[in-house]
Amino acid sequence: MAMLEVKDLKVNYGLIQAIKGISFELNEGEIVALIGANGAGKTTILNTVSGVIPSSAGSIVFEGKDITKISGHKIVSMGMAHIPEGRRVFANLSVYENLKMGAYTRKDKAEIEATLKQVYEYFPRLEERKNQPAGTLSGGEQQMLAMGRALMSKPKLILMDEPSMGLSPLLVKEVFSIIKYCHEIGISILLVEQNAKMALGIADRAYVLETGNITLSGKADAMLENDEVKKAYLGV
Amino acid sequence: MKNLKKSSKDHLITYGILLLVYIVAEILIKTGNMSSLMQGILVPVCVYSLVAIGLNLCVGYLGELSLGHAGFMCVGAFCGAYTTKMLQGTINNEILLFTIALVVGVIMAALFGFLVGIPVLRLKGDYLAIVTLAFGEIIKNIINVLYIAKCSDGMKVAITDGGAIEVDEAIGEMWLVNGAKGINRIPHLSNFTIGMILIFVALFVVFHLVDSRSGRAIMAIRDNRIAAESVGINITKYKMMAFVISAAIAGAGGVLYAHNLSTLTATPTNFGYNMSIMILVFVVLGGMGSFRGSIIAATILTILPEGLRGLADYRMLIYSVLLISMMLFNWAPAAVNWKKKVMASINNKTSKKGQVE
Repeated sequence: MAMLEVKDLKVNYGLIQAIKGISFELNEGEIVALIGANGAGKTTILNTVSGVIPSSAGSIVFEGKDITKISGHKIVSMGMAHIPEGRRVFANLSVYENLKMGAYTRKDKAEIEATLKQVYEYFPRLEERKNQPAGTLSGGEQQMLAMGRALMSKPKLILMDEPSMGLSPLLVKEVFSIIKYCHEIGISILLVEQNAKMALGIADRAYVLETGNITLSGKADAMLENDEVKKAYLGV
Repeated sequence: MKNLKKSSKDHLITYGILLLVYIVAEILIKTGNMSSLMQGILVPVCVYSLVAIGLNLCVGYLGELSLGHAGFMCVGAFCGAYTTKMLQGTINNEILLFTIALVVGVIMAALFGFLVGIPVLRLKGDYLAIVTLAFGEIIKNIINVLYIAKCSDGMKVAITDGGAIEVDEAIGEMWLVNGAKGINRIPHLSNFTIGMILIFVALFVVFHLVDSRSGRAIMAIRDNRIAAESVGINITKYKMMAFVISAAIAGAGGVLYAHNLSTLTATPTNFGYNMSIMILVFVVLGGMGSFRGSIIAATILTILPEGLRGLADYRMLIYSVLLISMMLFNWAPAAVNWKKKVMASINNKTSKKGQVE
Protein backbone atom coordinates (compact mmCIF):
# COMPACT_ATOMS: atom_id res chain seq x y z
CA MET A 1 0.00 0.00 0.00
CA ALA A 2 1.20 3.45 -0.85
CA MET A 3 2.31 5.83 1.87
CA LEU A 4 0.21 8.69 0.51
CA GLU A 5 -2.86 8.09 -1.61
CA VAL A 6 -4.83 10.96 -3.09
CA LYS A 7 -8.07 10.08 -4.85
CA ASP A 8 -10.33 12.31 -6.96
CA LEU A 9 -9.23 15.39 -5.08
CA LYS A 10 -11.14 18.56 -5.89
CA VAL A 11 -10.39 21.99 -4.46
CA ASN A 12 -12.42 25.14 -4.95
CA TYR A 13 -11.49 28.76 -4.36
CA GLY A 14 -14.93 30.33 -4.09
CA LEU A 15 -16.66 29.43 -7.36
CA ILE A 16 -13.47 28.60 -9.19
CA GLN A 17 -12.38 25.01 -9.26
CA ALA A 18 -8.61 24.97 -8.98
CA ILE A 19 -8.15 21.21 -8.78
CA LYS A 20 -10.54 19.20 -10.91
CA GLY A 21 -10.35 15.72 -9.51
CA ILE A 22 -6.81 14.39 -9.45
CA SER A 23 -5.43 11.12 -8.13
CA PHE A 24 -1.85 10.23 -7.38
CA GLU A 25 0.18 8.19 -4.95
CA LEU A 26 3.55 8.12 -3.31
CA ASN A 27 5.29 5.00 -1.99
CA GLU A 28 7.55 4.89 1.01
CA GLY A 29 11.10 6.01 0.19
CA GLU A 30 10.16 7.64 -3.09
CA ILE A 31 10.75 11.13 -4.42
CA VAL A 32 7.71 12.10 -6.46
CA ALA A 33 7.71 15.33 -8.46
CA LEU A 34 4.69 17.36 -9.48
CA ILE A 35 5.60 19.59 -12.40
CA GLY A 36 3.59 22.09 -14.35
CA ALA A 37 3.32 25.71 -15.38
CA ASN A 38 2.23 28.64 -13.20
CA GLY A 39 -1.36 28.31 -12.08
CA ALA A 40 -1.55 24.59 -12.76
CA GLY A 41 -2.47 23.96 -9.13
CA LYS A 42 0.76 22.51 -7.76
CA THR A 43 0.88 24.61 -4.60
CA THR A 44 -2.84 24.13 -4.06
CA ILE A 45 -2.34 20.37 -4.02
CA LEU A 46 0.44 20.55 -1.43
CA ASN A 47 -1.54 22.95 0.76
CA THR A 48 -4.56 20.67 0.58
CA VAL A 49 -2.58 17.52 1.41
CA SER A 50 -0.97 19.20 4.43
CA GLY A 51 -4.35 20.52 5.60
CA VAL A 52 -3.69 24.25 5.21
CA ILE A 53 -6.68 24.58 2.89
CA PRO A 54 -9.75 22.33 2.83
CA SER A 55 -10.67 20.10 -0.09
CA SER A 56 -14.19 20.08 -1.52
CA ALA A 57 -14.24 16.45 -2.62
CA GLY A 58 -12.08 13.36 -2.73
CA SER A 59 -9.88 11.68 -0.17
CA ILE A 60 -6.32 11.86 1.13
CA VAL A 61 -4.97 8.80 2.93
CA PHE A 62 -1.62 8.95 4.74
CA GLU A 63 -0.19 5.69 6.10
CA GLY A 64 -3.60 4.08 6.02
CA LYS A 65 -5.33 6.92 7.88
CA ASP A 66 -7.83 9.22 6.23
CA ILE A 67 -6.55 12.76 6.80
CA THR A 68 -8.93 14.55 4.46
CA LYS A 69 -10.81 16.29 7.23
CA ILE A 70 -7.97 16.61 9.76
CA SER A 71 -6.67 20.14 10.28
CA GLY A 72 -3.12 21.05 9.39
CA HIS A 73 -1.58 21.36 12.82
CA LYS A 74 -2.54 17.79 13.70
CA ILE A 75 -1.16 16.29 10.51
CA VAL A 76 2.39 17.37 11.41
CA SER A 77 2.52 15.08 14.42
CA MET A 78 1.51 12.16 12.18
CA GLY A 79 4.85 12.50 10.40
CA MET A 80 4.18 14.81 7.48
CA ALA A 81 6.12 18.08 7.23
CA HIS A 82 5.38 20.85 4.79
CA ILE A 83 7.89 23.42 3.55
CA PRO A 84 5.72 26.18 2.15
CA GLU A 85 6.51 28.14 -0.97
CA GLY A 86 8.82 31.13 -0.78
CA ARG A 87 11.04 30.26 2.22
CA ARG A 88 8.55 31.08 4.91
CA VAL A 89 10.67 31.43 8.02
CA PHE A 90 9.63 33.24 11.18
CA ALA A 91 11.50 36.43 10.37
CA ASN A 92 11.58 37.95 13.87
CA LEU A 93 12.51 34.78 15.71
CA SER A 94 16.14 33.66 15.89
CA VAL A 95 17.42 30.76 13.80
CA TYR A 96 17.53 28.63 16.94
CA GLU A 97 13.96 29.52 17.86
CA ASN A 98 12.85 28.76 14.30
CA LEU A 99 14.35 25.29 14.56
CA LYS A 100 12.78 24.77 17.98
CA MET A 101 9.42 25.71 16.49
CA GLY A 102 9.95 22.91 13.98
CA ALA A 103 9.90 20.44 16.86
CA TYR A 104 6.76 22.06 18.24
CA THR A 105 4.72 18.86 18.18
CA ARG A 106 7.42 16.74 19.85
CA LYS A 107 7.68 16.35 23.59
CA ASP A 108 10.91 14.36 24.06
CA LYS A 109 13.46 17.03 25.00
CA ALA A 110 16.56 14.87 24.74
CA GLU A 111 15.63 13.62 21.29
CA ILE A 112 14.84 17.13 20.11
CA GLU A 113 18.37 18.15 21.12
CA ALA A 114 19.75 15.18 19.19
CA THR A 115 17.81 16.17 16.07
CA LEU A 116 18.97 19.75 16.50
CA LYS A 117 22.56 18.52 16.56
CA GLN A 118 21.98 16.54 13.35
CA VAL A 119 20.48 19.57 11.64
CA TYR A 120 23.41 21.76 12.73
CA GLU A 121 25.78 19.08 11.51
CA TYR A 122 24.24 19.12 8.09
CA PHE A 123 23.77 22.90 7.96
CA PRO A 124 26.81 24.36 9.78
CA ARG A 125 25.77 27.79 8.53
CA LEU A 126 22.66 27.64 10.69
CA GLU A 127 24.71 26.89 13.80
CA GLU A 128 27.00 29.85 13.07
CA ARG A 129 23.97 32.09 12.89
CA LYS A 130 21.77 30.51 15.51
CA ASN A 131 21.18 33.73 17.49
CA GLN A 132 20.48 35.89 14.46
CA PRO A 133 16.90 36.81 13.49
CA ALA A 134 15.89 34.55 10.62
CA GLY A 135 14.77 37.54 8.54
CA THR A 136 18.39 38.67 8.23
CA LEU A 137 19.55 35.46 6.54
CA SER A 138 20.19 35.30 2.81
CA GLY A 139 17.71 33.58 0.52
CA GLY A 140 19.70 30.37 0.39
CA GLU A 141 20.18 30.30 4.15
CA GLN A 142 16.47 30.85 4.68
CA GLN A 143 15.72 27.88 2.46
CA MET A 144 18.18 25.81 4.51
CA LEU A 145 16.44 26.99 7.65
CA ALA A 146 13.01 26.08 6.27
CA MET A 147 14.33 22.61 5.44
CA GLY A 148 16.07 22.27 8.79
CA ARG A 149 12.87 23.28 10.53
CA ALA A 150 10.95 20.61 8.64
CA LEU A 151 13.55 17.99 9.66
CA MET A 152 13.09 18.99 13.31
CA SER A 153 9.65 17.39 13.37
CA LYS A 154 11.23 14.03 12.42
CA PRO A 155 8.97 13.58 9.41
CA LYS A 156 8.44 10.45 7.36
CA LEU A 157 7.24 12.52 4.42
CA ILE A 158 8.21 16.06 3.45
CA LEU A 159 6.15 18.17 1.06
CA MET A 160 8.44 20.68 -0.63
CA ASP A 161 7.03 23.63 -2.47
CA GLU A 162 9.34 25.23 -5.04
CA PRO A 163 12.54 24.92 -3.00
CA SER A 164 14.60 26.43 -5.85
CA MET A 165 12.43 29.52 -6.29
CA GLY A 166 14.42 32.75 -6.48
CA LEU A 167 17.79 31.13 -5.82
CA SER A 168 20.99 31.41 -7.84
CA PRO A 169 21.95 28.34 -9.94
CA LEU A 170 24.68 27.50 -7.45
CA LEU A 171 22.26 27.53 -4.55
CA VAL A 172 19.73 25.53 -6.53
CA LYS A 173 22.32 22.79 -6.79
CA GLU A 174 22.93 22.97 -3.08
CA VAL A 175 19.23 22.77 -2.30
CA PHE A 176 18.86 19.71 -4.49
CA SER A 177 21.77 18.05 -2.72
CA ILE A 178 19.90 18.67 0.54
CA ILE A 179 16.84 17.00 -0.95
CA LYS A 180 19.01 14.03 -1.88
CA TYR A 181 20.34 13.90 1.67
CA CYS A 182 16.79 13.88 3.09
CA HIS A 183 16.00 11.02 0.75
CA GLU A 184 19.10 9.09 1.79
CA ILE A 185 18.17 9.24 5.47
CA GLY A 186 14.90 7.57 4.59
CA ILE A 187 12.45 10.41 4.19
CA SER A 188 9.93 10.27 1.36
CA ILE A 189 9.49 13.49 -0.60
CA LEU A 190 6.68 15.06 -2.57
CA LEU A 191 8.34 17.78 -4.61
CA VAL A 192 6.65 20.61 -6.45
CA GLU A 193 8.94 22.40 -8.90
CA GLN A 194 8.91 24.71 -11.86
CA ASN A 195 12.48 23.75 -12.54
CA ALA A 196 11.34 20.55 -14.27
CA LYS A 197 14.79 19.47 -15.38
CA MET A 198 16.24 19.44 -11.87
CA ALA A 199 13.09 17.90 -10.43
CA LEU A 200 12.96 15.07 -12.96
CA GLY A 201 16.66 14.50 -12.47
CA ILE A 202 16.22 13.71 -8.81
CA ALA A 203 12.72 12.14 -8.71
CA ASP A 204 11.73 8.50 -9.03
CA ARG A 205 8.35 9.27 -10.56
CA ALA A 206 6.57 12.39 -11.73
CA TYR A 207 3.14 13.76 -12.54
CA VAL A 208 2.54 16.58 -15.02
CA LEU A 209 -0.18 19.00 -14.02
CA GLU A 210 -2.13 21.24 -16.37
CA THR A 211 -4.84 23.63 -15.10
CA GLY A 212 -6.06 21.35 -12.35
CA ASN A 213 -5.72 18.01 -14.16
CA ILE A 214 -2.99 15.43 -14.33
CA THR A 215 -2.13 15.01 -17.98
CA LEU A 216 0.84 12.69 -17.74
CA SER A 217 2.47 10.42 -15.22
CA GLY A 218 5.29 7.93 -15.13
CA LYS A 219 8.92 7.24 -14.30
CA ALA A 220 10.94 10.42 -14.08
CA ASP A 221 13.74 9.32 -16.40
CA ALA A 222 11.21 8.25 -19.02
CA MET A 223 9.63 11.68 -18.76
CA LEU A 224 12.92 13.36 -19.45
CA GLU A 225 12.80 11.61 -22.82
CA ASN A 226 9.13 12.36 -23.49
CA ASP A 227 8.71 14.70 -26.45
CA GLU A 228 5.73 16.58 -25.04
CA VAL A 229 7.42 17.19 -21.73
CA LYS A 230 10.62 18.22 -23.47
CA LYS A 231 8.76 20.75 -25.55
CA ALA A 232 6.57 22.18 -22.81
CA TYR A 233 8.77 22.13 -19.70
CA LEU A 234 12.37 21.47 -20.56
CA GLY A 235 12.71 24.03 -23.30
CA VAL A 236 14.47 21.61 -25.62
CA MET B 1 19.84 30.70 26.80
CA LYS B 2 21.67 33.96 26.28
CA ASN B 3 18.61 35.41 24.58
CA LEU B 4 16.38 34.47 27.47
CA LYS B 5 18.61 36.20 29.96
CA LYS B 6 18.72 39.32 27.85
CA SER B 7 14.93 39.53 27.69
CA SER B 8 14.46 38.95 31.41
CA LYS B 9 17.01 41.68 32.12
CA ASP B 10 14.97 43.94 29.92
CA HIS B 11 11.84 43.08 31.90
CA LEU B 12 13.61 43.90 35.15
CA ILE B 13 14.53 47.33 33.77
CA THR B 14 10.86 47.96 32.98
CA TYR B 15 9.78 46.92 36.48
CA GLY B 16 12.53 49.09 37.93
CA ILE B 17 11.50 52.19 36.00
CA LEU B 18 7.89 51.72 37.05
CA LEU B 19 8.82 51.30 40.70
CA LEU B 20 10.98 54.41 40.56
CA VAL B 21 8.19 56.45 38.95
CA TYR B 22 5.78 55.20 41.59
CA ILE B 23 8.08 56.12 44.48
CA VAL B 24 8.86 59.56 43.04
CA ALA B 25 5.17 60.27 42.45
CA GLU B 26 4.25 59.14 45.96
CA ILE B 27 6.96 61.34 47.50
CA LEU B 28 5.77 64.32 45.46
CA ILE B 29 2.20 63.74 46.64
CA LYS B 30 3.16 63.26 50.30
CA THR B 31 5.36 66.37 50.34
CA GLY B 32 2.63 68.38 48.62
CA ASN B 33 4.68 69.12 45.53
CA MET B 34 2.22 67.75 43.03
CA SER B 35 -0.60 69.90 41.71
CA SER B 36 -4.12 68.58 42.15
CA LEU B 37 -4.46 68.54 38.38
CA MET B 38 -1.52 66.16 38.13
CA GLN B 39 -2.82 64.05 40.99
CA GLY B 40 -6.14 63.75 39.23
CA ILE B 41 -4.43 62.48 36.10
CA LEU B 42 -2.46 59.68 37.76
CA VAL B 43 -5.28 57.12 37.65
CA PRO B 44 -6.21 57.86 34.01
CA VAL B 45 -2.53 57.39 33.12
CA CYS B 46 -2.66 53.95 34.74
CA VAL B 47 -5.93 53.16 32.94
CA TYR B 48 -4.60 54.03 29.50
CA SER B 49 -1.28 52.31 30.16
CA LEU B 50 -3.15 49.12 31.04
CA VAL B 51 -5.34 49.22 27.94
CA ALA B 52 -2.29 50.03 25.80
CA ILE B 53 -0.45 47.00 27.24
CA GLY B 54 -3.46 44.87 26.35
CA LEU B 55 -3.71 46.25 22.84
CA ASN B 56 0.04 45.88 22.28
CA LEU B 57 -0.25 42.16 22.95
CA CYS B 58 -2.90 41.97 20.23
CA VAL B 59 -1.30 44.31 17.68
CA GLY B 60 2.42 43.92 18.40
CA TYR B 61 2.65 40.23 19.22
CA LEU B 62 -0.34 38.62 17.57
CA GLY B 63 -0.18 40.98 14.60
CA GLU B 64 -3.94 41.44 14.46
CA LEU B 65 -5.41 44.92 14.38
CA SER B 66 -8.16 45.62 16.90
CA LEU B 67 -10.09 48.87 16.66
CA GLY B 68 -12.43 48.04 19.52
CA HIS B 69 -10.35 47.93 22.67
CA ALA B 70 -12.38 50.81 24.09
CA GLY B 71 -15.31 48.38 23.79
CA PHE B 72 -13.60 45.80 26.02
CA MET B 73 -12.67 48.60 28.40
CA CYS B 74 -16.35 49.58 28.41
CA VAL B 75 -17.46 46.02 29.23
CA GLY B 76 -14.96 45.87 32.08
CA ALA B 77 -15.99 49.28 33.40
CA PHE B 78 -19.73 48.60 33.45
CA CYS B 79 -19.52 45.04 34.74
CA GLY B 80 -17.09 46.14 37.45
CA ALA B 81 -19.16 49.14 38.52
CA TYR B 82 -22.36 47.08 38.42
CA THR B 83 -20.82 44.46 40.69
CA THR B 84 -19.66 47.11 43.14
CA LYS B 85 -23.13 48.66 43.28
CA MET B 86 -24.71 45.26 43.83
CA LEU B 87 -22.38 44.27 46.66
CA GLN B 88 -21.92 47.69 48.20
CA GLY B 89 -24.14 47.08 51.21
CA THR B 90 -23.04 43.50 51.82
CA ILE B 91 -19.26 43.84 51.63
CA ASN B 92 -17.69 46.71 53.52
CA ASN B 93 -14.02 46.01 52.93
CA GLU B 94 -13.05 48.35 50.08
CA ILE B 95 -10.18 46.28 48.81
CA LEU B 96 -12.23 43.10 48.77
CA LEU B 97 -15.05 44.93 47.01
CA PHE B 98 -12.70 46.27 44.35
CA THR B 99 -11.06 42.87 43.89
CA ILE B 100 -14.42 41.19 43.28
CA ALA B 101 -15.42 43.95 40.85
CA LEU B 102 -12.05 43.56 39.10
CA VAL B 103 -12.44 39.81 38.74
CA VAL B 104 -15.96 40.17 37.34
CA GLY B 105 -14.94 42.97 34.96
CA VAL B 106 -11.90 41.09 33.69
CA ILE B 107 -13.79 37.85 33.21
CA MET B 108 -16.63 39.57 31.36
CA ALA B 109 -14.21 41.45 29.08
CA ALA B 110 -12.38 38.18 28.40
CA LEU B 111 -15.71 36.47 27.67
CA PHE B 112 -16.66 39.15 25.17
CA GLY B 113 -13.20 38.85 23.62
CA PHE B 114 -13.82 35.13 23.30
CA LEU B 115 -17.25 35.62 21.73
CA VAL B 116 -15.92 38.15 19.22
CA GLY B 117 -12.93 35.91 18.54
CA ILE B 118 -14.85 32.69 17.79
CA PRO B 119 -15.99 33.69 14.32
CA VAL B 120 -13.34 36.28 13.49
CA LEU B 121 -10.03 34.71 14.50
CA ARG B 122 -10.60 31.82 12.08
CA LEU B 123 -10.31 34.28 9.23
CA LYS B 124 -7.20 35.94 7.95
CA GLY B 125 -6.91 39.54 6.88
CA ASP B 126 -8.53 42.64 8.27
CA TYR B 127 -11.75 41.12 9.55
CA LEU B 128 -10.79 41.49 13.20
CA ALA B 129 -10.34 45.24 12.75
CA ILE B 130 -13.76 45.55 11.12
CA VAL B 131 -15.61 43.40 13.63
CA THR B 132 -13.99 44.91 16.73
CA LEU B 133 -14.76 48.39 15.37
CA ALA B 134 -18.42 47.41 15.13
CA PHE B 135 -18.30 45.68 18.52
CA GLY B 136 -17.07 48.85 20.22
CA GLU B 137 -19.94 50.87 18.82
CA ILE B 138 -22.59 48.22 19.49
CA ILE B 139 -21.63 47.65 23.12
CA LYS B 140 -21.80 51.38 23.80
CA ASN B 141 -25.26 51.65 22.27
CA ILE B 142 -26.58 48.61 24.11
CA ILE B 143 -25.48 50.05 27.45
CA ASN B 144 -27.18 53.33 26.61
CA VAL B 145 -30.58 51.64 26.37
CA LEU B 146 -30.12 49.23 29.25
CA TYR B 147 -32.05 49.85 32.46
CA ILE B 148 -31.51 47.74 35.55
CA ALA B 149 -32.97 48.65 38.94
CA LYS B 150 -32.88 47.08 42.38
CA CYS B 151 -36.47 47.35 43.65
CA SER B 152 -38.14 46.16 46.81
CA ASP B 153 -39.73 43.30 44.85
CA GLY B 154 -36.50 42.19 43.21
CA MET B 155 -34.41 43.13 40.21
CA LYS B 156 -36.06 44.77 37.23
CA VAL B 157 -34.54 44.90 33.77
CA ALA B 158 -35.77 46.88 30.78
CA ILE B 159 -34.38 47.60 27.36
CA THR B 160 -35.09 51.01 25.79
CA ASP B 161 -38.20 51.45 27.99
CA GLY B 162 -36.73 52.90 31.19
CA GLY B 163 -39.99 54.57 32.17
CA ALA B 164 -41.58 51.18 32.78
CA ILE B 165 -39.56 50.78 35.97
CA GLU B 166 -40.56 52.90 38.90
CA VAL B 167 -37.82 53.56 41.39
CA ASP B 168 -38.59 55.07 44.74
CA GLU B 169 -35.29 55.98 46.30
CA ALA B 170 -37.00 56.90 49.59
CA ILE B 171 -37.66 53.22 50.36
CA GLY B 172 -34.18 52.11 49.36
CA GLU B 173 -34.84 51.19 45.75
CA MET B 174 -32.13 52.27 43.32
CA TRP B 175 -31.04 52.31 39.73
CA LEU B 176 -28.06 50.10 38.99
CA VAL B 177 -27.85 51.02 35.33
CA ASN B 178 -29.98 53.94 34.23
CA GLY B 179 -29.79 53.93 30.43
CA ALA B 180 -27.88 56.84 28.99
CA LYS B 181 -27.41 58.24 32.48
CA GLY B 182 -25.25 55.23 33.19
CA ILE B 183 -24.24 54.07 36.65
CA ASN B 184 -24.39 56.69 39.39
CA ARG B 185 -22.74 57.11 42.74
CA ILE B 186 -19.97 54.57 42.25
CA PRO B 187 -17.77 54.40 45.33
CA HIS B 188 -14.35 55.89 44.64
CA LEU B 189 -12.22 52.78 45.04
CA SER B 190 -9.47 53.42 42.48
CA ASN B 191 -6.23 55.08 43.41
CA PHE B 192 -2.74 55.41 42.03
CA THR B 193 -1.37 52.53 44.09
CA ILE B 194 -4.03 50.11 42.85
CA GLY B 195 -3.42 51.31 39.30
CA MET B 196 0.30 50.65 39.60
CA ILE B 197 -0.30 47.22 41.08
CA LEU B 198 -2.57 46.38 38.16
CA ILE B 199 0.09 47.51 35.69
CA PHE B 200 2.67 45.34 37.44
CA VAL B 201 0.36 42.33 37.32
CA ALA B 202 -0.50 42.94 33.65
CA LEU B 203 3.19 43.25 32.77
CA PHE B 204 3.98 40.09 34.69
CA VAL B 205 1.29 38.23 32.74
CA VAL B 206 2.32 39.50 29.30
CA PHE B 207 6.06 39.08 29.90
CA HIS B 208 5.47 35.56 31.07
CA LEU B 209 3.30 34.85 28.06
CA VAL B 210 5.65 36.20 25.40
CA ASP B 211 8.65 34.35 26.83
CA SER B 212 6.81 31.04 26.96
CA ARG B 213 6.33 28.33 24.39
CA SER B 214 2.84 29.72 23.73
CA GLY B 215 4.36 33.17 23.22
CA ARG B 216 6.74 31.84 20.60
CA ALA B 217 3.80 30.17 18.89
CA ILE B 218 1.90 33.48 18.88
CA MET B 219 4.87 35.31 17.36
CA ALA B 220 5.36 32.53 14.81
CA ILE B 221 1.75 33.02 13.69
CA ARG B 222 2.38 36.75 13.33
CA ASP B 223 5.56 36.19 11.31
CA ASN B 224 4.08 33.59 9.05
CA ARG B 225 0.72 31.97 9.33
CA ILE B 226 1.24 29.17 6.81
CA ALA B 227 4.67 28.24 8.15
CA ALA B 228 3.24 28.25 11.67
CA GLU B 229 0.51 25.87 10.66
CA SER B 230 3.02 23.72 8.81
CA VAL B 231 5.06 23.15 11.98
CA GLY B 232 1.94 22.06 13.82
CA ILE B 233 0.76 25.16 15.68
CA ASN B 234 -2.98 25.36 16.28
CA ILE B 235 -3.51 28.82 14.81
CA THR B 236 -7.00 29.51 16.11
CA LYS B 237 -6.16 28.40 19.64
CA TYR B 238 -3.15 30.67 20.07
CA LYS B 239 -4.76 33.61 18.33
CA MET B 240 -7.67 33.21 20.71
CA MET B 241 -5.36 32.95 23.72
CA ALA B 242 -3.57 36.20 22.91
CA PHE B 243 -6.76 38.03 21.99
CA VAL B 244 -8.68 36.99 25.10
CA ILE B 245 -5.80 37.99 27.39
CA SER B 246 -5.55 41.28 25.53
CA ALA B 247 -9.28 41.94 26.02
CA ALA B 248 -9.06 40.94 29.69
CA ILE B 249 -6.29 43.48 30.36
CA ALA B 250 -8.36 46.16 28.63
CA GLY B 251 -11.23 45.11 30.90
CA ALA B 252 -9.02 45.59 33.97
CA GLY B 253 -8.28 49.10 32.71
CA GLY B 254 -12.02 49.66 32.44
CA VAL B 255 -12.68 48.56 36.03
CA LEU B 256 -10.00 50.95 37.26
CA TYR B 257 -11.51 53.70 35.13
CA ALA B 258 -15.04 53.14 36.44
CA HIS B 259 -14.06 53.32 40.10
CA ASN B 260 -12.31 56.61 39.55
CA LEU B 261 -15.57 58.32 38.58
CA SER B 262 -18.75 58.80 40.50
CA THR B 263 -20.90 58.62 37.38
CA LEU B 264 -20.08 56.19 34.62
CA THR B 265 -21.70 56.74 31.23
CA ALA B 266 -20.93 55.27 27.84
CA THR B 267 -20.31 58.23 25.57
CA PRO B 268 -18.41 58.52 22.31
CA THR B 269 -15.62 60.39 24.10
CA ASN B 270 -14.77 57.80 26.71
CA PHE B 271 -15.58 54.49 25.01
CA GLY B 272 -16.02 55.47 21.38
CA TYR B 273 -14.08 54.87 18.23
CA ASN B 274 -11.78 57.81 18.97
CA MET B 275 -10.68 56.23 22.22
CA SER B 276 -9.80 52.96 20.46
CA ILE B 277 -7.74 54.91 17.94
CA MET B 278 -6.13 56.88 20.76
CA ILE B 279 -4.99 53.66 22.41
CA LEU B 280 -3.70 52.41 19.08
CA VAL B 281 -1.71 55.65 18.81
CA PHE B 282 -0.13 54.87 22.21
CA VAL B 283 0.84 51.42 20.97
CA VAL B 284 2.22 52.53 17.62
CA LEU B 285 4.15 55.48 19.03
CA GLY B 286 5.55 53.44 21.89
CA GLY B 287 6.64 50.78 19.45
CA MET B 288 4.83 47.60 18.45
CA GLY B 289 5.81 44.79 20.75
CA SER B 290 7.35 47.09 23.36
CA PHE B 291 5.23 47.14 26.49
CA ARG B 292 7.49 49.65 28.15
CA GLY B 293 7.07 51.94 25.13
CA SER B 294 3.29 51.62 25.36
CA ILE B 295 3.32 52.76 28.98
CA ILE B 296 5.64 55.69 28.24
CA ALA B 297 3.57 56.81 25.23
CA ALA B 298 0.30 56.46 27.17
CA THR B 299 1.75 58.51 30.04
CA ILE B 300 3.14 61.31 27.91
CA LEU B 301 0.12 61.55 25.66
CA THR B 302 -2.29 61.59 28.61
CA ILE B 303 -0.39 64.23 30.57
CA LEU B 304 0.39 66.37 27.52
CA PRO B 305 -3.13 67.57 26.61
CA GLU B 306 -3.77 68.45 30.26
CA GLY B 307 -0.46 70.24 30.59
CA LEU B 308 -1.19 72.20 27.45
CA ARG B 309 -4.60 73.28 28.68
CA GLY B 310 -3.23 76.74 29.53
CA LEU B 311 -2.50 77.33 25.86
CA ALA B 312 -6.22 77.02 25.11
CA ASP B 313 -6.67 77.51 21.37
CA TYR B 314 -3.28 76.22 20.34
CA ARG B 315 -3.54 73.05 22.42
CA MET B 316 -4.51 70.63 19.67
CA LEU B 317 -2.08 72.25 17.26
CA ILE B 318 0.89 71.74 19.56
CA TYR B 319 -0.34 68.27 20.43
CA SER B 320 -0.36 67.21 16.78
CA VAL B 321 3.07 68.72 16.12
CA LEU B 322 4.41 66.80 19.12
CA LEU B 323 2.83 63.58 17.87
CA ILE B 324 4.51 63.98 14.51
CA SER B 325 7.89 64.83 16.00
CA MET B 326 7.71 61.86 18.39
CA MET B 327 6.96 59.62 15.45
CA LEU B 328 9.88 61.04 13.47
CA PHE B 329 12.21 60.76 16.45
CA ASN B 330 11.28 57.13 16.98
CA TRP B 331 11.24 55.85 13.44
CA ALA B 332 12.87 58.18 10.90
CA PRO B 333 16.09 56.55 9.61
CA ALA B 334 18.17 59.69 10.27
CA ALA B 335 16.92 59.89 13.87
CA VAL B 336 17.49 56.17 14.39
CA ASN B 337 21.08 56.49 13.15
CA TRP B 338 21.68 59.52 15.34
CA LYS B 339 20.37 57.64 18.40
CA LYS B 340 22.64 54.70 17.58
CA LYS B 341 25.64 57.04 17.36
CA VAL B 342 24.82 58.65 20.68
CA MET B 343 24.38 55.27 22.33
CA ALA B 344 27.66 54.05 20.87
CA SER B 345 29.58 57.09 22.12
CA ILE B 346 28.05 56.68 25.59
CA ASN B 347 29.02 53.01 25.58
CA ASN B 348 32.55 53.92 24.48
CA LYS B 349 32.96 56.41 27.27
CA THR B 350 31.71 54.06 29.94
CA SER B 351 33.89 51.21 28.70
CA LYS B 352 36.96 53.53 28.68
CA LYS B 353 36.17 54.54 32.22
CA GLY B 354 36.03 50.88 33.14
CA GLN B 355 39.50 50.35 31.68
CA VAL B 356 41.01 53.23 33.63
CA GLU B 357 39.60 51.94 36.86
